[in-house]
Amino acid sequence: MTPSDRFDFLLRMGDSTLVLAQRLSEWVGKGPVIEEDIALTNVGLDLIGQARMWLSYAGEVEARGRDEDALAFRRDAHEFRNALLVEQPNGDYAETMARQFLFDHWHLLALKAMERSRDERVAAIAAKSSKEVAYHVERSTDWVIRLGDGTDVSHRRMQDAVDGLWMFAGELFLPDAVDAAAREAGVGPDLAALAAPWRSAVGAALAEATLTMPGDDWAQRGGRQGRHTEHLGHLLTEMQFLQRAYPDAKW
Amino acid sequence: MYAQMVDTGLKQVAEATGMSPEESAFQARVDADVKVEPKDWMPEAYRRTLVRQIQQHAHSEIVGMLPEGNWVTRAPSLKRKAILMAKIQDEGGHGLYLYSAAETLGVSRDNLIDDLHAGRSKYSSIFNYPTLNWADIGAIGWLVDGAAIMNQIPLCRCSYGPYARAMVRICKEESFHQRQGFDIMLAMCRGTPEQKAMAQDSLDRWWWPSLMMFGPSDAESVHSAQSMRWKIKLLSNDELRQRFVDQTVPQAEFLGLRVPDPELRWNDERGHYDVGTIDWKEFQDVLRGHGPCNRDRIRTRTKAWEDGEWVREAAVAHARKRAERAARAAA
Ligand SMILES: [Fe+2]
Ligand SMILES: [Fe+2]
Repeated sequence: MTPSDRFDFLLRMGDSTLVLAQRLSEWVGKGPVIEEDIALTNVGLDLIGQARMWLSYAGEVEARGRDEDALAFRRDAHEFRNALLVEQPNGDYAETMARQFLFDHWHLLALKAMERSRDERVAAIAAKSSKEVAYHVERSTDWVIRLGDGTDVSHRRMQDAVDGLWMFAGELFLPDAVDAAAREAGVGPDLAALAAPWRSAVGAALAEATLTMPGDDWAQRGGRQGRHTEHLGHLLTEMQFLQRAYPDAKW
Repeated sequence: MYAQMVDTGLKQVAEATGMSPEESAFQARVDADVKVEPKDWMPEAYRRTLVRQIQQHAHSEIVGMLPEGNWVTRAPSLKRKAILMAKIQDEGGHGLYLYSAAETLGVSRDNLIDDLHAGRSKYSSIFNYPTLNWADIGAIGWLVDGAAIMNQIPLCRCSYGPYARAMVRICKEESFHQRQGFDIMLAMCRGTPEQKAMAQDSLDRWWWPSLMMFGPSDAESVHSAQSMRWKIKLLSNDELRQRFVDQTVPQAEFLGLRVPDPELRWNDERGHYDVGTIDWKEFQDVLRGHGPCNRDRIRTRTKAWEDGEWVREAAVAHARKRAERAARAAA
């Protein structure tokens, strides 16, 4: 695995966790009940912590002097390697929870596989993160079930959310050359092999939630290659404002 | 509004001669520093005053999340973002402890929240000021959490058990917040000229509102005198404000910032700083709804509550379905 592939692979993990954390931080003070406000922030905090570990390591591998903040705040959208799923807007609570649910199940499987990574740093970050993400899975799954099997209104909203986001889940399981290099080196997971356990976990939860699993498996792709939806540019504009406007400042 | 300007509903301080045997026994226990617990008998005016005070305090924690939330998506580093998220999360937790403390007095959180949205209940007027640059996040931690601590440390000894215990937990976290806020200010004051200017602008805007947080002088107030007898207020507004000024002015000097008060000076005789005249008209205006952000704050809170209604209903409906299924399975 070349250093440049390893760097790219680490950005994929770091950017997905960072962008999702940024989305969750948009909920601050606006949750449906205070307990949820706190819980969303808690998940966001876990993800920020993980992003910092992935991006710091990515910067070391790149060896061009970029630290976590240089990578988070000084790259443009086409240089981001996050999954398209996590950059999708928050929408209502059903959309936020459906996005989280689809991602969390993939995230946990990927981390579990990486706990056995031949790259010790990757293995260590995965081991620490997977404990946190196991709880994220529990929480988002619980909300999909509560809203799916709640009232007629919540059922409809959750079904719409799952239907709308489904096309962004597929790319999580479609490896490109970088993913193949990471797998061959024993560094990253076999993404295609995660699809079956993901479908079965997600399917079981949807069934319990009285929701229908979407039948169309056509997938939007491009996030891990730097081709994003229109939403990412706006997210970065906001997130990167201070570092861009005052490039000489230390905060 | 933490413990300031809380209406007791009374026209004069209850005197021993006019008290029923229950009231005298209650006052004797308070005088002896025995904590009042939810199941104990208490005067109705004591209960109502506490509800009002704890409710205002709880609302302040929750509304206070909004000015900070305004910068959480724009925090300038990942570390600062994580610290700010953790702080805002703490404030939500403070709101929860306090609503729980209020609920021990026979009111429900939902009703208290309705009071906030309908404008029947107050929150600290400081949160009606806007956060216009990143230094404001530092200033809030340093000054607003700092002022809150001044207020709340004495309340750890207040007469009502659940409130006192909530305060002990909260104060520990507030002192972290204050240090983190000061650390933001320090980084900016040692930074570029633009950062230093932001820090000064921020102090210029937050200094006077922070002093107003302690409320107008209450030396003559019947309500404060009664609250002090009940030990749900332990120090006067002016005493607390003086402590805050004495603590904060040297910190501003350390930062190299100018406190925006030309009359501020150390008084050797008193052993305290003298401050200029506070513009209480501004305070009363903000209290009446004429502050920069009153409308935005309440609109944001109300919208969050209304947008979340279907979620809360779904959670209740789901819990009911589960219970019914469990009951059927058991039968
Ligand atoms: Fe607080
Ligand atoms: Fe605080």
